[in-house]
Amino acid sequence: MTSEIFAVDPLVLFTILAMAAGTYLTRIAGLILTKFVVFSGRTEAALQAVPPAILMSVVAPTAFATGIAETAATAITAIAALRLPLLPAIAIGVISVVILRLALAFV
Amino acid sequence: MNSNHNKQAINATPSEFLLGIRAFFPLIFAATPIGLLFGALAAQKGLSPLEVLLMGSFVFAGGSQFLALDLWSEPLPWLTIALSTWLINLRHVLMSTSLAPKLTHWTTRQRYLGFFILADEVWALSEQRAIKTQTTFGYYLGVGITLFLTWQISTVAGSLIGSVLGDPARYGLDFAFTALFICLVMSFWQGRKTGVVLAASGLAAVFTHTYVPGAWYIIAGAAAGVVAAAIQYDDKPANIKAAVEVARS
Repeated sequence: MTSEIFAVDPLVLFTILAMAAGTYLTRIAGLILTKFVVFSGRTEAALQAVPPAILMSVVAPTAFATGIAETAATAITAIAALRLPLLPAIAIGVISVVILRLALAFV
Repeated sequence: MNSNHNKQAINATPSEFLLGIRAFFPLIFAATPIGLLFGALAAQKGLSPLEVLLMGSFVFAGGSQFLALDLWSEPLPWLTIALSTWLINLRHVLMSTSLAPKLTHWTTRQRYLGFFILADEVWALSEQRAIKTQTTFGYYLGVGITLFLTWQISTVAGSLIGSVLGDPARYGLDFAFTALFICLVMSFWQGRKTGVVLAASGLAAVFTHTYVPGAWYIIAGAAAGVVAAAIQYDDKPANIKAAVEVARS
């Protein structure tokens, strides 16, 4: 058990370090950029769209192309997210997908 | 006393550090369950608790860690994971660009070391502090180290508990990623323009996912969203059609 807890695969470590290097670059980018560059409004608008666009791309196949239960649960989660804090909204999403899967199994 | 001495004095006072801890304190209760969830899902993907600790310590960016986990498979697509991580963390460029001019009283070393832990919450509390007074290095560390420890402890605990939970689909936990990301997407909502960006990304991602193997759908969706945002910048209604065209092509 101890060996499992402390197991580190070399490729996993390499992947983590590659993730870390890219992430650190994005974090210090502002320290370097503010010395040299002034962002245009359009560039800033494009950069600002990056996080939601990526998140949307990640969920889209599961959310819209898996089944009715997943698509409906996605809509419920989105509405819950507008009104509730993060964790209750996630909980509602998870509970609704379980209920919807069960309900649709009987249809 | 020379000015360097003054810098040290302002930046290292223990009370500033304690103020930072206090500012972050309520967020401990929000971060811990997310950390537990991350650890549990990481265990399902076969990561050991030490690997979870290493990822949390070196990357320290929750959203991208969840994304990496979602892409985690055999054989490990390390390049896709590294690239997706980098793309999703591009928002840090905006954060550090906005915060850096407010920290001119920090030393260069403090800036480059401190920004290693510039997570979303740390950035938000630092910006908030800078509105009222100076964000000292001590305050920043108080916030950052508290989040750092919360994240490492909760994710490792989650990975130790998660390995005995069994199949996540049984509890609908396979949907937890999707639900988390939908909540995060909604937190970026700023009206109709965001809707167009999301529609472009969603369409491009589903289309690419259907016809192209691998994780290219994330790159395609991200590109479509960015293009949609850039096109919309001059705010003419006709551009919505163009954005949808971009998403379809």
